[in-house]
Amino acid sequence: MRPFECDGLSVYRKLPLLVALPEDTGQVREILKTCRRLSVPVVTRGAGTGLSGGALPLEEGLLLVLTKLNRILYIDPLNRTARLQPGVRNLAISEAAAVHGLYYAPDPSSQIACSIGGNVAENSGGVHCLKYGLTVHNVLEVRLLTIEGEELVLGGGALDSPGFDLLALVNGSEGMLGVITEILVRLLPIPETAQVVLAGFASTGKAAAAVGAIIAAGIVPAGLEMMDRLSVEAVEAFISPGYPRDAEAVLLCELDGGEAEVAEQMTAVKSILSDHEATSINVSHSEAERLRLWAGRKNAFPAVGRIRPDYYCMDGTIPRRELPHVLAGIQAASERYGLPVANVFHAGDGNLHPLILYDANREGELQQAESLGAEILSMCIEAGGTVTGEHGVGMEKIDSMCEQFSPAELEQFHALKAAFDPDGLLNPGKAVPTLHRCAELGAMHVHGGKLPFPDLPRF
Amino acid sequence: MDRQNHIAEAVREAIHANRPLQIKGGDSKAFYGYPAQGEPLDVSAHSGIVEYDPGELVITCRAGSLLSEIRSTLRENGQHLPFEPPAFGDEATIGGTVACGFSGPGRPWAGSLRDYLLGVKLVNGAGEIVQYGGQVMKNVAGYDVSRLMAGSMGTLGVLLETSFKVLPIPASERTLQFDYGQAEAIHRVNEWSGQPLPLSGAFWWRDKLQVRLSGTESETDRAAQRLGADRVLETTSTWEALREHKADFFTGANMLWRLSLPPATGPLDLAGDCLVDWGGAQRWYRTELQADEIRTRASPAGGHATLFRGPEGTERFHPLPTALKRMQAKIKQSMDPGAIFNPRRMSLDW
Repeated sequence: MRPFECDGLSVYRKLPLLVALPEDTGQVREILKTCRRLSVPVVTRGAGTGLSGGALPLEEGLLLVLTKLNRILYIDPLNRTARLQPGVRNLAISEAAAVHGLYYAPDPSSQIACSIGGNVAENSGGVHCLKYGLTVHNVLEVRLLTIEGEELVLGGGALDSPGFDLLALVNGSEGMLGVITEILVRLLPIPETAQVVLAGFASTGKAAAAVGAIIAAGIVPAGLEMMDRLSVEAVEAFISPGYPRDAEAVLLCELDGGEAEVAEQMTAVKSILSDHEATSINVSHSEAERLRLWAGRKNAFPAVGRIRPDYYCMDGTIPRRELPHVLAGIQAASERYGLPVANVFHAGDGNLHPLILYDANREGELQQAESLGAEILSMCIEAGGTVTGEHGVGMEKIDSMCEQFSPAELEQFHALKAAFDPDGLLNPGKAVPTLHRCAELGAMHVHGGKLPFPDLPRF
Repeated sequence: MDRQNHIAEAVREAIHANRPLQIKGGDSKAFYGYPAQGEPLDVSAHSGIVEYDPGELVITCRAGSLLSEIRSTLRENGQHLPFEPPAFGDEATIGGTVACGFSGPGRPWAGSLRDYLLGVKLVNGAGEIVQYGGQVMKNVAGYDVSRLMAGSMGTLGVLLETSFKVLPIPASERTLQFDYGQAEAIHRVNEWSGQPLPLSGAFWWRDKLQVRLSGTESETDRAAQRLGADRVLETTSTWEALREHKADFFTGANMLWRLSLPPATGPLDLAGDCLVDWGGAQRWYRTELQADEIRTRASPAGGHATLFRGPEGTERFHPLPTALKRMQAKIKQSMDPGAIFNPRRMSLDW
């Protein structure tokens, strides 16, 4: 059972009571009915690539692993849909659809391994969210088994369905409401062409201003990513993608669409970058060049991982205009803790991934990293953002939820969960904290931008 | 004007007195669903844009804000609500727009109202002011209560504020016309939708298919050439007339049915006049057929049928399977335990 003791967030580990690997929906149903009868909690797991400990097993619970439900049931090219079992890998969908000129848009960085069931449970994002949306925007139907073993068909092949939009509720519900056994996703036509431009800047503020100007010009890039100096140094040392080492920040801006459209918009983007004092501008002129420029961004996490033995990846979202302010706050906190922080940022949609570097073998450093992480999340809330943009709350950010939501808001979440799972047997203790836990923690809801611990410098 | 405390107080009083409320905005969509019951709670005075920063692509408005004013503010900044919500009247508010959850002609390609809804503030069934989602595009903290509000017809709470993602208005728009029968029109549009073309609208009526292209000038020109239409139309008012049900098809007869189907579904065997919108995914019928006849055609195709406009006495919405129906009632109960909000507006059971 060792392989199942953690998900992608390996700082939390636990052995489950037992692991079940069902091979069809009927077996899933029987497992759920049995667990309900015996009051055994159930934690559902897909590929186990989640980054928030959402699939962390419970010692007294069953771990329901859905990786054997991995069939693509069909692809319907004319309706542009694919019907999938939950264990189908994200990338496998696009690979199977490619013959029809179609693909599945959400592309979390773990897309080689992560499964579509987990994507729905976490409402996963990726680097193309600004233009193509999150998982919730790309799923048409979910078949869900309740803890009673009853099947609910939410959504369908049409673009809407009667009644409340429970499909929206299930996306990102982190295995708390039911077990997903089948998914219908929408497929999009593969864009005719894609081109990326890499620009260096002398400050993150200038890079952030360029991002705002691109959007204000009426351009919606397919991807718009920012990396700070530490991340750039790390990827250059790791795979040398040719990023400017002297820049304080680099921007990657990808445009996709028709040849003419991309050419037209690329001209506009280059001129905006120049106007914002980009210190270097490098446009891809072939697919190989495009992939090379992306390789730096896509290898940012492992590259940063070489600087120190461990890193802790955060996932806050902020309004874009707050970026320089929040980055300054992160920098100050990083210095105060003596732990380096490398910043990788989905700049287009305001989703920050600060990577806190630490060494778990040094006494107390993990706790320090976690505490620095919690401070960063507080800054995100204060800036009008959220503690998680795409990784989910899971086990990791459960205490930060006390700060983002009021007791009344948390109670409403619990009431919704109870509508699906009255006995609280599905993934208990994750995603939404009990009021009791929040009270014990002393964490408080942030009212009107006022943080608890007002004496701490926040910048 | 900020009236949120006044509204919350009115809700608490209603809860205390066990007196159900009908929530009123502009009353432009009172025809939809079952007739409103309960004491009117007018929220139209709670209006105004709370925050709009074009560079963030987000707008936050109080629920009573007029849809028309939001549209014109966005237009001044070269932006729009890409889901093109129908107003069905000058008094339409953004709160009512969210409650009904309607989307316009671009929906299959641009996305729906709920897709662009980022956050809500509302008064819940306990009379408390609560907030979900926010002003950021990516947010997975807690269940997505905001999107649950889209199309819930005011039965789960009183909306106070809504935040939407907005997008730039495309630089260029072209409308093409093709002489196709219904089956061919549906098939063609679905083929084109699977190709990288800047489609943003497609409707068919009486052997004419009209297709809208939106994007950069060079892109729409190129796509127009590639599709080789029978005619290129100058007018773009067509799409607004379609959205607002002011096109010729919508005038006249009494019963208007809306069928929502997988887009490539072939023509249905139903008597009556039919307008195919959303590239096949939304089909309007002017027909005097009984509800059962219509629904027995929609169901096997994987769709559902709503009596959109018509006299009372017919079940407005497609019946749900038992398990789902029970779950919907539980959701209602969890948000509005005192059954205060818009009783029997959306379901005759609650």
